[in-house]
Amino acid sequence: MEGERKRGARLCSVCKKARASVKRPKTLEQICRECFYDAFESEIHQVIVENELFKVGERVAIGASGGKDSTVLAYVLSKLNRIHNYGLHLFLLSVDEGITGYRDDSLQTVHRNQLQYGLPLQLVSYKDLYGWTMDEIVQVIGLKNNCTFCGVFRRQALDRGAALLNVDKLVTGHNADDIAETVLLNLLRGDVARLSRCTSITTGIYSPNAYRGFAREFIKDLERIRPRAILDIIKSGESFRICTGTKMPEQGTCQRCGYISSQKWCKACVLLDGLNRGLPKLGIGRSPGSEKGSKQCGTLHF
Amino acid sequence: MQLTLEFGGGLELLCDSKKIHDVNIEQHNGEDKLIMKDLLSWVRNNLIKERPEMFMKGDTVRPGVLVLVNDCDWELSGQLNTSLEEKDVVVFISTLHGG
Repeated sequence: MEGERKRGARLCSVCKKARASVKRPKTLEQICRECFYDAFESEIHQVIVENELFKVGERVAIGASGGKDSTVLAYVLSKLNRIHNYGLHLFLLSVDEGITGYRDDSLQTVHRNQLQYGLPLQLVSYKDLYGWTMDEIVQVIGLKNNCTFCGVFRRQALDRGAALLNVDKLVTGHNADDIAETVLLNLLRGDVARLSRCTSITTGIYSPNAYRGFAREFIKDLERIRPRAILDIIKSGESFRICTGTKMPEQGTCQRCGYISSQKWCKACVLLDGLNRGLPKLGIGRSPGSEKGSKQCGTLHF
Repeated sequence: MQLTLEFGGGLELLCDSKKIHDVNIEQHNGEDKLIMKDLLSWVRNNLIKERPEMFMKGDTVRPGVLVLVNDCDWELSGQLNTSLEEKDVVVFISTLHGG
């Protein structure tokens, strides 16, 4: 009995003192809580330094949803800024979509982050930015396609909030699972423009969450067979090169609001125009009228 | 056997939105030990009220659900074969509900 109960006995492979409490998928090392924090924070510091992500004196907004990823980001970045003297002015930036009963909990977490890390908080709401709350949009569009609105509006809301705060940079927190999933989805969709962008450090991406669930389950299954699989997928995304003959969409600006866009109007303006004209389905789907005849993707065999 | 079970990251929604459950599990067939495999099927039968597929896949947890036994990842203690003792604390956290 006692012999089998080894879980308390195994020591951290780094400090050799404390009890190991986690196995890092990246290295398969068994390490304790403190050594994991140390490794995690110093790797992030290394990435920041090597890629020269920040300059002294810059104003940086941290996208804060109140979820685990952005909370970890706010904690780590404010800590690194303090101990390594980055000289950054950090702000928390939160988006209120206007969904009754949904944000309350997570906005509480953001308010706690504000106090814990002493960071000023800027809240921007869909209502202020677009004239519509998500609740009002759902009333018009129904429950089916509202993710398109919420996703497009959220990505822009962060940028608009960042402009309001007059910051030089906006950072958002993600985890390896999310990024691997995005690489896979962009690959499956054949979206080469996003595929090469989605792992690069300096540009953000927006991907709708609709069929993420399948990819997520798939990569978590892969991870069980091979713990490094998630990082390997990210690596493939990073090393992806598009042959020079491929025509890539050009980045321009929206003729209506000035936001970055590869089209005449940015996606948010197309969606808003539809809402305001009482044609909310405008801008959803690949082309007008494609909704009914939309193709289903086939089954994948591995 | 008295255990404290904690559900987080959205899994609490499957068991009456209650995060912490103090439970008493009776061992059957004269077996004097309880392993995680037994606990999982007990949880599935006694605590999970809806959508069990969000919690389990096959005889183990769904990929993406973290399991901690006394604050230690169960990968270090033998996963399904981890033996449990009186007053142990087992935490289940789903990482599948967004960041």
